[in-house]
Amino acid sequence: MAKKNPTKTPAASPKVEELMTGTTIFNIPLPADLKALKGMSPIVIKQPYQIDYIHSYGQDSPFFAGLSNGKLLGTKCGKCNYTYATPRLACTQCGRETKWVEIPLSGRVHTFTTCYFGGEEFLKETPFHLVLVEFDGVDTLFLSRLIGPVGPEDIRIGMKVKAKFRRNSQLKPTDVYFVPSE
Amino acid sequence: MVSGGVSKFAKARPDATFQKIVKESFDYAMNDVPKLKHSMIDGSVVSYFSDHFTRQLMAGIMATDYLGLCPKPNKRIEGGGATGGLCFQAGWEAVASGRMNVCAAFGFETMSHVPTWKGNEFIALASDVNFDYPVGGFYSGYYAMMVNRHMHEFGTTVEQLAMVSVKNHMNAYGNPYAQKRRKLTIADVRNSAMVAYPLTLLDICVMSDGAATCILADEETAFKLTDHPVKITGVGTGTDMMRMADRPHGEVILAPNEKKSDYRNLKYPGVHSFRAGRSAGLQAYKMAGITDPLKQIDFVELHDAYTSSEIQTYEDLALCKYGDGGKFVEAGYPFMPQIDYGMKLPMKGTLPVNPSGGLIACGHPVGATGLMQAVFAFWQIQGSIKKHYGSGELQLKKADRGLIHSHAGTGTYVTVSIMERGW
Repeated sequence: MAKKNPTKTPAASPKVEELMTGTTIFNIPLPADLKALKGMSPIVIKQPYQIDYIHSYGQDSPFFAGLSNGKLLGTKCGKCNYTYATPRLACTQCGRETKWVEIPLSGRVHTFTTCYFGGEEFLKETPFHLVLVEFDGVDTLFLSRLIGPVGPEDIRIGMKVKAKFRRNSQLKPTDVYFVPSE
Repeated sequence: MVSGGVSKFAKARPDATFQKIVKESFDYAMNDVPKLKHSMIDGSVVSYFSDHFTRQLMAGIMATDYLGLCPKPNKRIEGGGATGGLCFQAGWEAVASGRMNVCAAFGFETMSHVPTWKGNEFIALASDVNFDYPVGGFYSGYYAMMVNRHMHEFGTTVEQLAMVSVKNHMNAYGNPYAQKRRKLTIADVRNSAMVAYPLTLLDICVMSDGAATCILADEETAFKLTDHPVKITGVGTGTDMMRMADRPHGEVILAPNEKKSDYRNLKYPGVHSFRAGRSAGLQAYKMAGITDPLKQIDFVELHDAYTSSEIQTYEDLALCKYGDGGKFVEAGYPFMPQIDYGMKLPMKGTLPVNPSGGLIACGHPVGATGLMQAVFAFWQIQGSIKKHYGSGELQLKKADRGLIHSHAGTGTYVTVSIMERGW
């Protein structure tokens, strides 16, 4: 059974949350005797860093177009028939170029977790479930979110799941998610 | 290897930039071999994982110039969590190839420069940013999925995971360089905050600021510098696909002490095992002439970023069969025979794993970690733990041959190096 977290900070003992806000200062005192400088406390400043990238999905772009049309597109090697749930245009088994194929919209939970914390970008979405989905006739797995179950006790390996799609595509892999289908 | 040094690992070192932290570990290593003059160092290799944490490109050369090692050869080595292990092997390559007689290998990470959850975001950028990161990029989540499958395949339990945490934290109690020195119980581990089911806060290593240095030399030079050099007798490096969803479900790569019939129904590596770890281990064993690692190795320092990955790694390194990792810790094998862990164990440990406290308790300043393991292993083999820790409590009676293991991604890069008494 998972233990629910009452707060967002997994602290061993109670403490206030550290903030990234501060006070603007324009000068700091310096001792007259330079020998005292080695005992000086460090100066710590805030340094912002924000970038917009022009990111191309390149050869993987059809996968995202597929999501916006309610399809899961994977790839298949014409020579060795190895089928990838997450597309790659070169077969890792034999090196040949693969072709685009539709992946079934129903599968099973191969494994799962429930994240109570996460990277900063996803912290506001916690708790959420991650699943690796397995499909009949497909050699590799697919990472996605599982929506519906409350806690990890409601999820089991082998559980049947089906894909659902956002109506308004964000052109992100989260345009598809899975829900229990049993 | 003729010398090593580490900085004290800490949650934050605002008192120093990365250059000075590296210098602390480098000076420690230099002072430990007075016969080694700075001018005798032919060049160096440097490692740090993330340009995001430093917010400084080419930080490697800045550490190198701070140490006064210009204009000699240097390059940066990077490979996720295995960065330090790869750097150690790059130093070995520089000497083994004959390019250098003496090579300094140093690494660092300063992870305190961003809040913990931003740090987790940076680390998750070491997963496919098209397909994996946007789904909820979080390494603890990835490892949690792996161990849930391990538990499903093999019956591994959360209590077995917790035993690893208790062991490594307790070992670190005797290691003054460790960040977290705590006496814990299995209940403490299970009752701490759930991070990614079933992994709790105490199943997972912490972010850290720290540095480590190893000085490597050819055999002739080594014996001029010290009476107690440690010989590197085997190296192996394995790789696997970045997206763990893409890992194959095929046949086990067999260790010399295994046979095909051991694994009739096991699909391998899937997401429960690290093929790169098995590959690296077998290469290193072959080079060092090891056929029965459980009997032929005296101790192991392995990459326990998660308690689960320590258990998975017992199996990759063929210390036990695939599936038996949980039982291996439960039986007591990886504990130190002289330490009281506050729990009843069926037997005294025979192959101590992470006598230093590992990543879970020492901290995981990524670019330093693999080198830190080498330094702690070096001191074990030299028998100089008392000199360096201030107490001999963690010194193993027999430590003639050790294994160090560094691991990246969800098993994308793994290095294994065998270190032996050289005198």
